[in-house]
Amino acid sequence: MRPSTAHPYMANSVPAIQQEMLAAVGVETIEELFVQIPEDHRLARPLDLPPALTERELRRHIVETLARNQTTEQNLSFLGAGIWQHHVPAAVDEVVRRNEWLTSIFGEPSSDHGRNQAWFEFCSQLGELLNLDLVGLPVRSWGTAAGHAMRMAARLTARSEVVVVRAIDPERLSVIRNYCEPPEMANHIAIRLVDYDPATGLIDLDDLRAAVNDQTAAVYFEVPSYLGVIEHQASTVAAIARAAGAETIVGVDPISLGVLASPADYGADIVVGTIQPLGVHLHAGGGLGGFIASRDEPRYAEEYPTLFISISETLKPGEYGFGLGLFHQSSYGLRDKGNDWTGHSVYMWAIAATTYMAMMGPQGFADVGRLILQRAHHAAQRLSRIDGIRVHFPSGFFKEFVVNFDGTGKTVSEINRGLRALGIFGGKDLRGEFPELGESALFCVTEIHTLSDIERLVGALKEVTTK
Amino acid sequence: MNMKPKEYQAPVWNEPVIMEMGHPGRRGMLFPPIEAEIRDQAGDADDLIPAALRRQDKPGLPEMSEPEVLYHYLRLSQQTLGMMGTSLFGTCTMKYNAQINEQLAWRPELTQLHPLQHEDSMQGALEIVHNMDLVLRELSGMDRFVFQAGGGAEAAFTHCAVTRAYHASRGELEQRDEIITTIQTHPCNPATAAAAGFKVITLMLDEDGYPSLDALKAAVSNRTAALMVNNPDDMGVYNPEMKEWIRIVHEAGGLAFYDAANFNGTMSKVRAREIGFDACMFMLHKTFGAPKSGVGGPATGAYGCSAELAPFLPAPLVTREGDRYFLDHDRPRSVGKIREFLGNVQVILKAYAWVRAMGADGIAQASDISVLANNYMEKGLLSIRGVNRSHPEAKLPRLEMTRYSLEQMKEETGVDVHDVQNRMTDFGVDAMWTSHEPWLLPEPFTPEAGEMYGKEALDRWIAVLAQISDEAYSDPQIVKTAPHNQAIHRLKPGVTDEPGTRAMTWRAFKKKRSLSS
Repeated sequence: MRPSTAHPYMANSVPAIQQEMLAAVGVETIEELFVQIPEDHRLARPLDLPPALTERELRRHIVETLARNQTTEQNLSFLGAGIWQHHVPAAVDEVVRRNEWLTSIFGEPSSDHGRNQAWFEFCSQLGELLNLDLVGLPVRSWGTAAGHAMRMAARLTARSEVVVVRAIDPERLSVIRNYCEPPEMANHIAIRLVDYDPATGLIDLDDLRAAVNDQTAAVYFEVPSYLGVIEHQASTVAAIARAAGAETIVGVDPISLGVLASPADYGADIVVGTIQPLGVHLHAGGGLGGFIASRDEPRYAEEYPTLFISISETLKPGEYGFGLGLFHQSSYGLRDKGNDWTGHSVYMWAIAATTYMAMMGPQGFADVGRLILQRAHHAAQRLSRIDGIRVHFPSGFFKEFVVNFDGTGKTVSEINRGLRALGIFGGKDLRGEFPELGESALFCVTEIHTLSDIERLVGALKEVTTK
Repeated sequence: MNMKPKEYQAPVWNEPVIMEMGHPGRRGMLFPPIEAEIRDQAGDADDLIPAALRRQDKPGLPEMSEPEVLYHYLRLSQQTLGMMGTSLFGTCTMKYNAQINEQLAWRPELTQLHPLQHEDSMQGALEIVHNMDLVLRELSGMDRFVFQAGGGAEAAFTHCAVTRAYHASRGELEQRDEIITTIQTHPCNPATAAAAGFKVITLMLDEDGYPSLDALKAAVSNRTAALMVNNPDDMGVYNPEMKEWIRIVHEAGGLAFYDAANFNGTMSKVRAREIGFDACMFMLHKTFGAPKSGVGGPATGAYGCSAELAPFLPAPLVTREGDRYFLDHDRPRSVGKIREFLGNVQVILKAYAWVRAMGADGIAQASDISVLANNYMEKGLLSIRGVNRSHPEAKLPRLEMTRYSLEQMKEETGVDVHDVQNRMTDFGVDAMWTSHEPWLLPEPFTPEAGEMYGKEALDRWIAVLAQISDEAYSDPQIVKTAPHNQAIHRLKPGVTDEPGTRAMTWRAFKKKRSLSS
């Protein structure tokens, strides 16, 4: 594109307009306005970037590039492990794609009222699923939420250890380790891993009791766990933590909460989790989002690193608005003295999630939970009947389960390659993460997987394992 | 520049909170009944849940039809002014969010891609990530970028994690426990440094608008782990001594990190690596045209560094061999994960598309126009009664932002910057940004004109402030009681902070106001 042609994104790229503005400023050239930058700081050549494209050329370039992707829509996918396929209603996509939301930082409560209300409604609806009164605006992922929650617990208890169940996503654990700081740092939080029972996948309570002591700031576990299991000893785990003066932090997948009890109802003090299942696509991993929630007590509220949106009366009687609450305690208010840090998060996904939760209603969450449970269990049963395949923890899971291929004499990698050739994405390979599980993969089945999808997987696995 | 502000009235929907809406029995989404065969085999769903974990109560969500939900949220979207008017919100670098980029990013080839798919099935996405890495290397002079951070603050945290790993690898982490920053560097830098376990030293400004070399020298020692700064800062002041700063920090064994938050004023002109920085970050959600998304993303903090620091980057990195792209997980010195998976790939795509639409000339021109527009606005704004510029000693033209103060207006009329912010929205103009905390001068404000808005929009913005100044000096009550034309009135002071009144959910609100459901 020639420099003398105005660029469609820049209204002032017309030379005559620039001349008018220069005249108003009282300089001859734009260059004179950069006089603050010393000559020896300046790049001596023009940037070397690929040529500019018009919209049509750009569209063609990107569409052709994206065509090299193979999607979970074109294939039958059983991948989960931290980000999952659920149905996203068209109305959610319409709401979340509105240009009107794409604003700057906060604006005023009066002028960005609608966006603030939508955020408050997100927190309010998530609060109903969780039975908790205090919900922060989202953080960037489940792992970052868990990391922040552990730091909150360390500050609340003035202790420096957290006990974490070992059946956790290694990616999430790696995020948590970065939040807990390396041992060289003065405020390092030590992570003690607690075993799971190899027969059931549940927390080994003896190992837990041995790990929890008067240095324990928090016990952290997940329902369902990374390996899919519904931790039904949850209230016992929370009691062990509470007896030691530790906080109980539970990570949860909120799409399960139409059928599973909220962690608040079995003793959790802080609940964290993901918001991606609530109406957000996969986006190659860009659909992640996390949350932190708790009872509405000042001791918790004052340790949150998140932003809050509070409902408030306005100056007009009977009218309500929404504004930032406890902003001063964030890093925006106190810099390095604030609670951890705050910054760009995934607040657009809060708008997707609030729309999703409102469309679901209580019955929608109950229905989707039941559908997932039945489909996932049926799939696990069907797979375990294939020669050489067994399911590690065959009951008491939600939407993910561990499928073991030791008896087939094949590696997960070989099996997944075979499945890919048949248009199926098999489960995540767990061999590197949990060697004790052998050649195993984490399969995810949700409400979108039909009976015929499951039959197709069964047929493909029979073919691949016997080849 | 003479222009009269236009009349404006925000939509007033008096929309109830969704928790008050709906009717028992209404449905917004249905799921198919379970297939008979599955029901027969798997049994009743409730029996598949351990009894102790079964939900006993029904979540108190609204029960609504699909159109009721859709139109509720569309009405709320209409009550969001933001960029629908003119938003010159300083530091946010409001850009055009090109519709073609949105359209491309929402294609199923990306929305329906799972990050754990085999590399062979995500070649297109990996190619875009790799191409954006190359673009940012050219813009910064760095050797390698990673996109895992979901925003600028998380990229700053990435730097803190890399700093820890770098010094740990040399056996110096326990000794090097301090990070130096400046009071005008974005709060995410000191905040992430502190959260990463470092002590933070904050340098204050002298009369030139940036800290003195002597202040830096006094702070640097063998305990220095890193320097974290921006340049220019968010007052448009450029520190011309930055090369010397970095030399001093390097000599003491520390790393130098450049927060390119204010890159719009220098892009194509200055490259961080050539100034001496070891690492830098770009915010793809503002500088590179991807949406701010109502404050909060999904965003991307692209973190780049020198070859020396690259082994410590979060894994995986996207690599290219011939025409194939790979995810390199085998990085034994990596800091591990900052956030799960690969980053917000859809944001990377939008930023890459923006770069391709702009080209090198377009990017250079955007920087030119931003700085010209800021200086053009300064002429108009300083002619308004009660408006003054920060740091009168720093006389050179500012870059893409200028910090102003309404201290004089407040002293003479009682109208403060918050009153002015509210009154601006009465004209369909988004409230201007004040300043990060702590305020270094009273009643601050900081517009950032950027390259998107035309001269007419800038003139209108100036005219709005001029009219508000006239009102402040003639009839201050109009300003002090603003807004008058907005979706709602001003919030009652204090309600959102006080423990007895603040309510972050509807449940809490009902309890604290003793409302029945």
